[in-house]
Amino acid sequence: MSPPSHPAPSHGPARRIRVGDGPLTRALLIGSVLAVTALVLVVPLIAIFAEALRHGWGAYLASFAAPDTQYAMLLTLCVALIVVPINIGFGIASAWCIAKFRFRGRNLLVALVELPFSISPIIAGVAYLFVYGAQGLLGPWLQAHDIKIMFAVPGIVLASLFVTAPFVARELIPLMIAQGSEEEEAAVTLGAGGWRILRLVTLPNVRFALLYGAALCNARVMGEFGAVSVVSGNIRGQTNTLPLQIELLYQDNNAIAAFAVATVLTAVALVTLVVKAIIERLDAARVKAQGRPGH
Amino acid sequence: MNRVIPGYPLSLGITLFYLCLIVLLPLGALVWQALDVGWERYLAILSGARTASAFRVTLTTAALATLFNAVYGLALAWVLVRYEFPGRRFIDALVDVPFALPTAVAGLALSALFVKNGWFGAPLAALGISVAYTPLGIAAAMAFTSIPFVVRTVQPVLEDLATDVEEAAATLGASDWRIFARIIFPAIFPAFLTGASLAFARSLGEFGAIIFIAGNLPLKTEVVSLLTFIRIEEYDYPAAAAIASTLLGLAFAMLFLVNMIQLWQQRRIGTGD
Repeated sequence: MSPPSHPAPSHGPARRIRVGDGPLTRALLIGSVLAVTALVLVVPLIAIFAEALRHGWGAYLASFAAPDTQYAMLLTLCVALIVVPINIGFGIASAWCIAKFRFRGRNLLVALVELPFSISPIIAGVAYLFVYGAQGLLGPWLQAHDIKIMFAVPGIVLASLFVTAPFVARELIPLMIAQGSEEEEAAVTLGAGGWRILRLVTLPNVRFALLYGAALCNARVMGEFGAVSVVSGNIRGQTNTLPLQIELLYQDNNAIAAFAVATVLTAVALVTLVVKAIIERLDAARVKAQGRPGH
Repeated sequence: MNRVIPGYPLSLGITLFYLCLIVLLPLGALVWQALDVGWERYLAILSGARTASAFRVTLTTAALATLFNAVYGLALAWVLVRYEFPGRRFIDALVDVPFALPTAVAGLALSALFVKNGWFGAPLAALGISVAYTPLGIAAAMAFTSIPFVVRTVQPVLEDLATDVEEAAATLGASDWRIFARIIFPAIFPAFLTGASLAFARSLGEFGAIIFIAGNLPLKTEVVSLLTFIRIEEYDYPAAAAIASTLLGLAFAMLFLVNMIQLWQQRRIGTGD
């Protein structure tokens, strides 16, 4: 608390009276939080790049010449190219029915959409094995028809779909509820069809949230480890995604290469966070200008 | 019910079909496999020394990680909401790093930091503390991956908190600590509890970040998610089904708890309590 001999300026007395605004408390709290944050959030990021560059740029770049690593990059990219658009579609469909309509079981549906967030990726992987694996629910039928899903690319795609299903939906649902349906209703009155409304009214209104959800979904697909390691079978040069390749290189005592691959995924994560920061800034500017979110 | 806007049957149909195929079918298959194990065998698997130890290690390290995040997360949320200082927006953006960074990368970085000659490991070793390949390492990995939960649940509530009551209390001569303990903390408590529960739930299922730093010794530093993975690799499907379904049950229990807390919070706000 400030001593009474220094009266607060009349235009801002609240700032001096609030809890924790005393100079000592403030300095102590900010100082300790910044110190811990530097240790737990900044140093690990620096360590990844420092370890990758321990033997210089030559060794770093040489790590990417290994065919297995190149294959892992390609596979990870392909999986993301399949999974992200599907979950964007699911996100839009679920947000449309949850935000625009009221029906029985709507809250249960929201909980179901968000369920994968609460489930360990290992459980997801094991659950998929019990559907498509040799001993699984559909295993005998799949074997009879010579369809391979587990320990192959389709299994990786399915597990990734499960783990990242809520990302786009979770960004869209609250925003579309907050925006209401007046604009869509007006478009209906003017004779527009459903697809036209979606394309010209709804999606432009939520484009930033959609972009951010897709970026998060992409980062998670590229980085998913637990679920994919159960269903992929870790076959070198066949079902090894980038995170699995990191583990393999690390077990091979090839730390430089493991960290070099890790820098790629770290870069993806950092770009995702930059996208988020830019979107939040644009959003804040728009709220100021128009008084409503996400427009 | 809004009947003006088109697309209700189609969007609901797509959503339900997708959820059944991608989420409910596999979870149903897991429950089906677990039921197939039979009650007696299920209990025998769970009470086995290695499984029981894995659950004990996981629960205690997750509790430790959650304790860290309860304190650090609350302090971080407070500093981000209450103070203006250079770099505040940068710190705010950093909070999401553990969500965006792949768990395997986090595990790799933490193990490099905490090994005996690492940046953190060397000074800690001088103090006689070893983190890598001990339960402390597991807790460190869990703590890292669940940092955002408490911060991101407490932050909005703290932002919306009206300052008139605390100002009144201050005018009446209450000390800072008393105002925090009696007025502010009770107001943010449900959000704080929600964040801590989410962090705990996440820690229970964490896998990628842990296996790099844990040492993975059975009976000592083996967590439940890893044991599930090992049972799958050994083709011991009944054991994997029993352990995974128990973990799933724990996840549902935590989800139920979080929902109860949120109902309680809504009721409190609704009655103006």
